[in-house]
Amino acid sequence: MDDGRPIFVQIAEHLSNEIINGTMPEESRVPSINELAAFHRINPATALKGINLLVDAGVLYKQRGIGMFVATGARAELLAQRRDEFREQFIKPLLAEATKLGINPVQLSDLIGKELES
Amino acid sequence: MTAIVEVTNVTKRYGSLKAVNDASFTLQENAIHGLLGRNGAGKTTLMQLITGQEFATSGQITVMGHSPVENAGVLHHTCFIKESQKYPEDFRIKHVLKSAPWFFPNWNSDLGASLVEDFRLPVNRKIKKLSRGQLSAVGVIVGLASRAPLTFFDEPYLGLDAVARHTFYDRLLADYAVHPRTVVLSTHLIDEVANLLERVIVIDEGAIIINADADSLRASATTVAGKREDVEAFVTGREVLGRESIGGLVSATVADLSANDRSVAVKAGLDLSPVSLQQLIVRRTGGLDVEQENAA
Repeated sequence: MDDGRPIFVQIAEHLSNEIINGTMPEESRVPSINELAAFHRINPATALKGINLLVDAGVLYKQRGIGMFVATGARAELLAQRRDEFREQFIKPLLAEATKLGINPVQLSDLIGKELES
Repeated sequence: MTAIVEVTNVTKRYGSLKAVNDASFTLQENAIHGLLGRNGAGKTTLMQLITGQEFATSGQITVMGHSPVENAGVLHHTCFIKESQKYPEDFRIKHVLKSAPWFFPNWNSDLGASLVEDFRLPVNRKIKKLSRGQLSAVGVIVGLASRAPLTFFDEPYLGLDAVARHTFYDRLLADYAVHPRTVVLSTHLIDEVANLLERVIVIDEGAIIINADADSLRASATTVAGKREDVEAFVTGREVLGRESIGGLVSATVADLSANDRSVAVKAGLDLSPVSLQQLIVRRTGGLDVEQENAA
């Protein structure tokens, strides 16, 4: 839980990953603030901030006195968002590194093809 | 958030030394604060002032709205775990646990007993026969089980091994979650406690130089690395907290980059990397970086 970005962002991302990969299905209960804090060894206020990011984004919803749940449609929404980010996070750095090493786009797509076959 | 402690323009002099120099800050109710700084920076003096064990030369301190000095009402709600707590001669651990409720009205003896087990302490052993680590564990237990609304831990883990320190962090978080209170943790082991903190106060040579939310502080600095001319072009006009170079490569730590700044840096072929709380504080308090020290 430390790659230098704010921890609450990492918490939100961690939970999103679990929603995307199906560990936390839609309408299932999300770990409580205190459970998250204890598990990640972080301040509960930080865990709350992470949760609130997802509540604000409509991914999670609160039910007073019961807990926090994954919203219906959250997975599809997160997937769409992640696909948008894929270009920034993976394609651009990949191309930048390829250019640095003198690999042209044709060679690059050949490499990807070979990797898929292997 | 409401302030439980307000420190306003407080100075503490010892002869010609200003141990605390015109410090002003607040402690937020029910938050975990890190009080960080180098040896002799004034951390302990500051805590002694807030707990009424020292008199400020000038300035004002209020704790829960009152002066802490000779104020039993305030001090009953305060627990100060010092680096080296002194106990009466012949005191055993069980005596410490038994007498604690006299001083701390919220004392929870069940928590005390379970912590004794966690730290594997021999309750019948005399305090003066304890190892350094065991003595620290006694302090940690008193600090946690007292459940004081305002709890200070001054370097609580001298001699505690890594396992015991993590037991301390885990139990602190677990009990804090159920019984929120204001905690001040003074420490050198910044990386270990960084994630536990909600607020960070940094004192250097008696002056408060950082008083910030831990999350925003973490995002407040970035290391930019790349070719000398690229880095220099990028950092011109910015606050540079530190700079290292090797051959034609330069790595500079700069404050407050916006998302736009970041994309400009990436386009210029610079590598961006985050700065940990510890690195940030090392730079802000004028020390050499750890890696640099090792390399030297």
